[in-house]
Amino acid sequence: MAAIELRGLTKVYPGGVKALDSLDLTVPDGEFFALLGPSGCGKTTLLRTIAGLETATGGAVVIGGRDVTGVQPGGRDIAMVFQDYALFPHMDVSDNIAYPLRIKKVPKAARHAKAAEVGARLGLEQLMDRRPGQLSGGQQQRVALARVMATQAQAFLFDEPLSNLDARLRLEARTFLKKLQRELGVTTVFVTHDQAEALAMADRMAVMEAGHIRQIGTPAEVFQRPANTFVAAFIGSTPMNLLDAVVRGDTLEVAGCKLPVPASAEGLLTEGEKLVYGVRPEYMTYSAQPVDGSLTGGVVILENLGASHLVTLDVAGVLVQAVVPEGHEPALGEQGYAVPRGDRALVYRDGELVTA
Amino acid sequence: MAQVTSPPKPAEVVSPAPARRYSSDAAGLGRLRAGAFVAPALALIAVFLVFPALWVIYLGLTNYRLTGAAAAEPQFVGLDNFVKAVTDPEFWDSTWLTFQFVLGSAVIGQVVLGFTLAWMLKDRRGTLKSVVEGLVILAWILPSAVVSFLWVALLDRDAGTLNALLGIPGFAWLLDHPMLSIIIFNTWRGTAFSMMLYGAALGNVPPSHLESARLAGASGWQQLRDVVFPHIRGHILTNLLLISLWTFNDFSPFLLTAGGPDGKSEVLAVHVYKVALQNGDLGYGAAISTVILLINLVVAVFYLRLLRSKK
Amino acid sequence: MTRTWAGRIGFYTLIAVLLAFFTIPLLWLAAAPFTSDPTYEVRMPDFTFENFQTIIEHPYALGSLVNSLILAIGTALLVVVLSALAAYALSRVRIPGRDALLYALLLLSSIITGTAAMVPLFQLAIELGLIDSHTGLILILTGGLLPAAIFMIKDFMDATPKSYEESARVFGASPLQIVRHVVTPVVRPGLATIAVWTIANVWGNFLMPFLLLSDVEKQPAAVIMYTLYTEGGQANLRVLSTFGLLYSVPVVLMYLFVSKKYGFRFHGGIKR
Repeated sequence: MAAIELRGLTKVYPGGVKALDSLDLTVPDGEFFALLGPSGCGKTTLLRTIAGLETATGGAVVIGGRDVTGVQPGGRDIAMVFQDYALFPHMDVSDNIAYPLRIKKVPKAARHAKAAEVGARLGLEQLMDRRPGQLSGGQQQRVALARVMATQAQAFLFDEPLSNLDARLRLEARTFLKKLQRELGVTTVFVTHDQAEALAMADRMAVMEAGHIRQIGTPAEVFQRPANTFVAAFIGSTPMNLLDAVVRGDTLEVAGCKLPVPASAEGLLTEGEKLVYGVRPEYMTYSAQPVDGSLTGGVVILENLGASHLVTLDVAGVLVQAVVPEGHEPALGEQGYAVPRGDRALVYRDGELVTA
Repeated sequence: MAQVTSPPKPAEVVSPAPARRYSSDAAGLGRLRAGAFVAPALALIAVFLVFPALWVIYLGLTNYRLTGAAAAEPQFVGLDNFVKAVTDPEFWDSTWLTFQFVLGSAVIGQVVLGFTLAWMLKDRRGTLKSVVEGLVILAWILPSAVVSFLWVALLDRDAGTLNALLGIPGFAWLLDHPMLSIIIFNTWRGTAFSMMLYGAALGNVPPSHLESARLAGASGWQQLRDVVFPHIRGHILTNLLLISLWTFNDFSPFLLTAGGPDGKSEVLAVHVYKVALQNGDLGYGAAISTVILLINLVVAVFYLRLLRSKK
Repeated sequence: MTRTWAGRIGFYTLIAVLLAFFTIPLLWLAAAPFTSDPTYEVRMPDFTFENFQTIIEHPYALGSLVNSLILAIGTALLVVVLSALAAYALSRVRIPGRDALLYALLLLSSIITGTAAMVPLFQLAIELGLIDSHTGLILILTGGLLPAAIFMIKDFMDATPKSYEESARVFGASPLQIVRHVVTPVVRPGLATIAVWTIANVWGNFLMPFLLLSDVEKQPAAVIMYTLYTEGGQANLRVLSTFGLLYSVPVVLMYLFVSKKYGFRFHGGIKR
């Protein structure tokens, strides 16, 4: 078990594309850490650079207190699950799980015993002499996990571990992965493009954009207090309301409505300043009666989210969304009043969170 | 740059190691080992393929002979061999015969027959399709020495099966119509390739396009013209270039007629053999080979251009 | 209704004609070997196996088949090993000038044919003392087949996900271990295809052995077959037909094997 530390890590591809731009990141021992971002943001490159499959152009990768920047992937004492699982099609499950031990020259009997033990732990007993082609997606994933477990490496790297599963299986696998990681206690970094997956599984996460890390934090922190408008827009199943605002005395003028300055930004704003006001639809209280400090407008769209509704108000030409619990949904066309929660509303100056 | 909202535990002590570059290809092979992997193949290709091609150009500029004084000390004669070729009616005869052979057996015979077969068998499954395809492919895969003799037997003047079937005993196909014989022979021999290529190409024509043409009331010929040909134009060109190249270089007419009688079926491939190795005039033979190389080069470059533009 | 009937009749007539065109030349090969005294005419055989006896007694027939086998297997081994190594390196490592090299290979292999290169190859064989040598012929044939083989096998390699190798690499496998444990088994169908393609090519090749092997003892079946029907007065049809059949059967078996095992997948530009 070991911490992973990146210092000024830079990767420039031949041709000048900067995939990673001087990243600093520390993943403490035993943590389940997510790299999240849209496709092309460099998250997979980062994972592959930690693994050593890509050579760093600059900076250092430190695993377990050892600088491994110049060490071959096989010498880094890590194990990786690939997006397509990379199970060898010509080997049966048992041989696949035992393969890392074969490389370490563990005798045949011992490595198959180990494979059987790990396989049993993941419920693969019945499948040990099948070929990967004969397994379902979920089974293949468990074989790939068994294979990295057999290595007893210091850290695990998962590249999009759930993307090859169908939607229903994905939820199940999410819970399973999280439980397994907790039991094993091995430092694990995984890559995902799905913010819900990162929020659900990770202890902490890094949100990336264009080769930069835009925020590092726990899922709660990243969800409640996105450090910038990029993260604010990227995280959350319904996007955050990001509205142009102007400071007017001790209030903010947003789409013609007067709102109190959020707690987080109190005393940090200057009169007349142009800002962006951010509040998640989940942190809005909807009312059909006029309320002070609310965003007021006609209900133009109603979307059923299951146990709640997403209401879109047209506030002087600006669309504002609020989540309304079951049973309180308004009718289309009626006038609505959405009150942001003062402790959850945020203010962004030049795209960055205004905070003490 | 990155805003850290929850700081990790403090970093541990790190023992610095010198950052060293290593190969980052999938297997960690590295350029040196990759070079060693490629080298033996390249060496053989260089010695037995590239070098002969260059040497043939040089030989064509000498009066090298298989035997005699010019065998021991060949003289550089410049373009004499090429001048000789251009002024030699035999060379032009042979070129004209080769043109007939390529046009008749490849461009017309194999393409038309191959496409017809592919089109007829397109939507069929089962025995008829496998029998027809199997026989056409059989003609293609059997050794050329064997099929040549089968055609010698088939076309035999007195006892041949063809004359028996047509009721014209004594008709000397190989003597009186040698070009027609090798053209039909090569059509028979090579149709399989075109059939399979067009079969694959027709499989890629979206059925929905054909169906909408049929719904619009297009006849069979209109469907071919408006839907099928535009889709497989690239395949047709590829096919034409490849089989022309192969037919142009085909030596099997030699097995059937040996260029005879009296040079009447002496295509360039056979002409080179006769001039260089039977008559021993290696220099002149090499000059003709150079011409063949150049023609091949033109066709091949055209073909590769086509392949590239498709990607 | 009448139109469909006419269409059907037309279809079956055309198929029948084409079927006859492709079948009739082959009939003799099926009938004559089992006929006691075959002529050029196709006749109902009397199912004798005496002709096969003559083949066994023939001084060169069986030997030439062995020679064909030696040449085919030798060339196939060399082509498979060398093309696989080269294609793997070219597929996975960015060697400088790789694309130009591949383009040049493709171009060379299509323009330098036996016909164009017979004069210098004959010369080269004389200079290097490779006339009448199986090894020499194998090397020459290998050189000619390698570029196309590298291309075909590189296609297989390019289609194989790199994650197999990367996965093995993260587990600490050395490059040679990766090639042995992972790459070779995964591309085995490709290797088999190349082997079959090479064997079929060499087995049927007439020009090169005809040029470079003058010793009857060393000549492969293609040359012996030709000698049998062109030399020495009246051709012995009993020997010819039976020998032709024996010489053809392996090709047919190989074709059936390939089409059964892999389905006769179509690789553009592969022939002979």
